[in-house]
Amino acid sequence: MKYLLLIYGQESDWFNLTPAQTGAMMAEYGKFTEEITSQGKNLGANRLKPVAAATTVRVRDGKRVLTDGPFAETKEQLGGYYLVEAADLDEAVAIAAKIPAVRHGSVEVRPIFAMEQAAST
Amino acid sequence: MDLEKLHREESGRVLSTLIRLLGDFDLAEEMLQEAYAVALQKWPVEGAPANPRAWLVSTARHKAIDRLRRDRRFETKRDEIARNVESTAQPADDFGDDMFPDDRLRLIFTCSHPALATDAQVALTLHTICGLTTEEISRAFLVSVATMAQRLVRAKRKIRDANIPYRVPAREDLPDRLDAALLVVYLIFNEGYLASTGDALIRRELCAEAIRLARTMCELLPCEAESQALLGLMLLHDSRCDARVSADGEIILLDEQDRALWHSEQIREGTALTESALRGGSKGSYALQASIAALHANAKTARETDWPQIAALYGALLETHPSPVIAVNRAVAVAMARSPEDGLALLDELESRDELSEFHLLPAARADLLRRLGRSAEAADAYRRALALATNDVERRFLRRRLAML
Repeated sequence: MKYLLLIYGQESDWFNLTPAQTGAMMAEYGKFTEEITSQGKNLGANRLKPVAAATTVRVRDGKRVLTDGPFAETKEQLGGYYLVEAADLDEAVAIAAKIPAVRHGSVEVRPIFAMEQAAST
Repeated sequence: MDLEKLHREESGRVLSTLIRLLGDFDLAEEMLQEAYAVALQKWPVEGAPANPRAWLVSTARHKAIDRLRRDRRFETKRDEIARNVESTAQPADDFGDDMFPDDRLRLIFTCSHPALATDAQVALTLHTICGLTTEEISRAFLVSVATMAQRLVRAKRKIRDANIPYRVPAREDLPDRLDAALLVVYLIFNEGYLASTGDALIRRELCAEAIRLARTMCELLPCEAESQALLGLMLLHDSRCDARVSADGEIILLDEQDRALWHSEQIREGTALTESALRGGSKGSYALQASIAALHANAKTARETDWPQIAALYGALLETHPSPVIAVNRAVAVAMARSPEDGLALLDELESRDELSEFHLLPAARADLLRRLGRSAEAADAYRRALALATNDVERRFLRRRLAML
């Protein structure tokens, strides 16, 4: 059985941390990630960039419609995800526009935080 | 050498090349400002260089290389940017009017990228391509400088964080993306042309900037009929700018305007562009609107206006681009082409629709037709209804004058 763990929180909380607090938080994430990885239970994890970097993609009547910002429709629920490699936003959107759900629901495209320095080992 | 004028005219071109070289809007803007600062010191003493644009690019480039060596922020990107900056050919002094024409197209398409909110697209275009300051744009759109600055910062951050590419779209995406870019130009023009609040001078400037942008797009993508149609439409509208407002700031309607004040050169160019767009196969709304504007602009007197043709064009426009404004305009054209009664019948049909109940131009158009039919009591009622719905002061004064004349 696989489970997707979705992390919710207020972005401002994160931005308001002092460097020391950020460091402590990163260390805690690092420890947790290491723990579940060594148990063979980590199938993949990423930190997302802020919602301000999000773009929502819909296809209606065969036409691609982009909206600046995150998905905000409360009547629809998160039903799955793809983690994809793309050169830039245009390519990511082109891929998103082929997901079948894009014709009746929406697909939010959120860039992933580059984490060369820490945690996601 | 007028540096302020140079800034306005050149910054878009210079910036577009710097953004490509540096891969970063903010860094490019900062380096351009530094290059201008150097120019401000040097040029009055040593004289302006033969090619100010090439000078600005190469000075900003050197500033950027210095900055990259010093600044830790760019550590991870430094090698990539440095390679970029150094491998690109130095712009020579004999570069023609355009060093890198593709850069301006890249910038136009990036600023009008559909992943940015529309108001951000408009602000970013005016700021980076047209070189308007944050203060000027905030005055034109009646928002605080802080709000406008925030809008620009957010847009640039989104471009960076989401990795919106800096390139001319692929051929298969070009029609959609061109539509988006033209819409930004059209919104800038309308903001300058239609709104009557705010700083009048800045508004004239917005129309001029929109026309300049469309001209650039026609130059850079010469075969696109829709760009020609939009440029034609804006020139034809702008040709009336000296005739549409009286000395004391009141609206003068088309049939009462002094046609000698219309700019004949703009009319000639706008008409030619419209014809060329139609020959080029344009069936879009700009071409239809431009055709209507051309019929008005080329009528020697209001009486000689080809109303049957205008009514037919509005009919075509209504089919492809339905909107309340077009529906009302069509009814007015039908009233002129056939009879006020025929126009009224169309307006009655519109009035029965709920979604137009708040739309002040509908009772205003009705009032005018009733007035012409001599049905003064009904006309007065309609003017009062229009007055209750209109929010623009100049329009409200106009409606009050008409009501008083009954």
